Amino acid sequence: MLSTFQYPKFDYVRPPEIAEGRDGHCPVVIVGAGPVGLSAAIDLAQQGLRVLLLDNDDTVSIGSRGVCYAKRTLEVLDRLGCAEEMVQKGVSWNVGRTFFREEEVFNFNLCPEPDHHRPGMINLQQYYLEDDLIKRARLLPNLEIRFRNNVIGVTPDAEQATLRVETPDGAYTLSADWLIVADGARSPIRTMLGLDIDGKIFMDRFLIADVVMKADFPTERWFWFDPPFHRNQSVLLHRQADNVFRIDFQLGWNADPEEEKKPENVIPRIKAMLGDDREFELEWVSVYTFQCRRMNRFNHGRVLFVGDAAHQVSPFGARGANSGIQDTDNLVWKLKLVMDGKAPATLLDTYSDERCYAADENIMNSTRSTDFITPKSAVSKTFRNAVLGLAEQFPFARALVNSGRLSVPSFLADSRLNTADSDVFAGNMIPGAPMDDAPIATADGTQWLLGAVGNRFQLLHYVPDAGALDAASAQALRGLIDAPIAVEAIVVAERGTAPAGLTTLIDAKGRVRERYDLREGTSYLVRPDQHVAARWRALDLAQVRAAVARATCNA
Amino acid sequence: MALNTQPNLHEPGKRHFRAFSPGDDFYEALIETHRELTDEQSAMVNARLILLLANHIGDISVLREAMQIAREGA
Repeated sequence: MLSTFQYPKFDYVRPPEIAEGRDGHCPVVIVGAGPVGLSAAIDLAQQGLRVLLLDNDDTVSIGSRGVCYAKRTLEVLDRLGCAEEMVQKGVSWNVGRTFFREEEVFNFNLCPEPDHHRPGMINLQQYYLEDDLIKRARLLPNLEIRFRNNVIGVTPDAEQATLRVETPDGAYTLSADWLIVADGARSPIRTMLGLDIDGKIFMDRFLIADVVMKADFPTERWFWFDPPFHRNQSVLLHRQADNVFRIDFQLGWNADPEEEKKPENVIPRIKAMLGDDREFELEWVSVYTFQCRRMNRFNHGRVLFVGDAAHQVSPFGARGANSGIQDTDNLVWKLKLVMDGKAPATLLDTYSDERCYAADENIMNSTRSTDFITPKSAVSKTFRNAVLGLAEQFPFARALVNSGRLSVPSFLADSRLNTADSDVFAGNMIPGAPMDDAPIATADGTQWLLGAVGNRFQLLHYVPDAGALDAASAQALRGLIDAPIAVEAIVVAERGTAPAGLTTLIDAKGRVRERYDLREGTSYLVRPDQHVAARWRALDLAQVRAAVARATCNA
Repeated sequence: MALNTQPNLHEPGKRHFRAFSPGDDFYEALIETHRELTDEQSAMVNARLILLLANHIGDISVLREAMQIAREGA
């Protein structure tokens, strides 16, 4: 098979605990250096914490695996300082075509809303994503990654979690004040702790093949229902970096995974699909089944579960790695506040609540896609085919065709961290909303709203002319920084410069005002993970302080 | 009134943040209505459903248009 990617081999280093014959301790230990564990580690290290990341392997993801990274994930990765490389390397696509039997029934153009920094999603092989994350992680001196360090035992108590870690040089004991478990769908640590994860298995098998196309092929997503070359099943084709194309064939439950994986069985399937004359080479093949399930809660005292270890979805809609990275986005600022003694440990319950809510939404959306793609009964298949038959002519039916819904972040509208609106606003930026991006200009050259917010609580205060901000408001805004949980005030304006001590953010195209329904005096309190916590039509310091307390379980 | 073939699904009191959500909510409910029914039972459910909805729509010219489109694709 061909190889467009050279797998790096990371050095195993003999841990000092073994060299010195002692036990180790680190404030935060993360297990699993996949996309989710790496994101958690980088985020915590950026917050100034000392972090130890353990992985039982010494390379990146084998095979392309997770290939779709959605806009919200890219925005989180921007905050972690590594999205640009991924977007450059990855493939952005907008056109999708849907085929039913012999015909193309319709095509769509995602045609993203203008004036957002990042596209709706990029396609990029998981190994590239992990490679970029590891490069980023290695720039952080307080983050140590230990490869070929395999956790074989875990004992949590009220104050910490104690791990037994096996290496090529023997085993050692390591304790952590907090343990973040990112060891994947089969999660050995979840099993060691005897924790349940409930849901359903889908009785189906899919073959995935990465092929390298020799000739040009459009950068589009093609989805076939019941095509002539693969009767009664579905097929998906989309492009990744390096001219590598991912093809998914639905096989049915009775297929033999070992037989199906053999090149002599895979190649004819691809030839039937592409036509005999198109040259390609096979790069990687796998057969998978999947489950939709989640743990009842993601935090268990000092042990915090993230990503596939906590929840799994069907692959339709790319909600695995995307939701896992969003878990860490939600968790890290809360853990930092708890570790600093600025918030009670109950704040971590809200990590579980908010991300369980998101996991349920992801499971719901990916299950709906799965049920449309692989109907479970005769009547369900009849409805599915009726929708596809009507889709060619009728827009309402196109809207019902579900070959996977773009992974989008949850609106945490019911979170107990929100302060309910007492004023009237238009638009979607309600308390609990993931913030919409918009183009801006600042003195330091930041060009996007989401590049100017995050990592701390901030208050966005809107006035048309920043230079005309009255002295009392300026003093009040500056005072927000002097609190146990500091709030950085940012003046959003059409023009002008705010008085000394305040950051000015110019709403370059009027999109911030439009998307957030801003009027003179409107103030938004935003969380370190770029979610809206509260908003008002006028600035009132007491209300801001109360909302910060509420958003950190200090109320 | 002509038959509306634009996306038209919505639910009073429910706020949808994503364009695909109302259609997917409906489709899931539709398939759920048939859960664990035999094919014969499902056919009866569909017939009852059509009769109920036809009466709700009321305008027979709209129903004729829908019935004609439905028959063309059989």
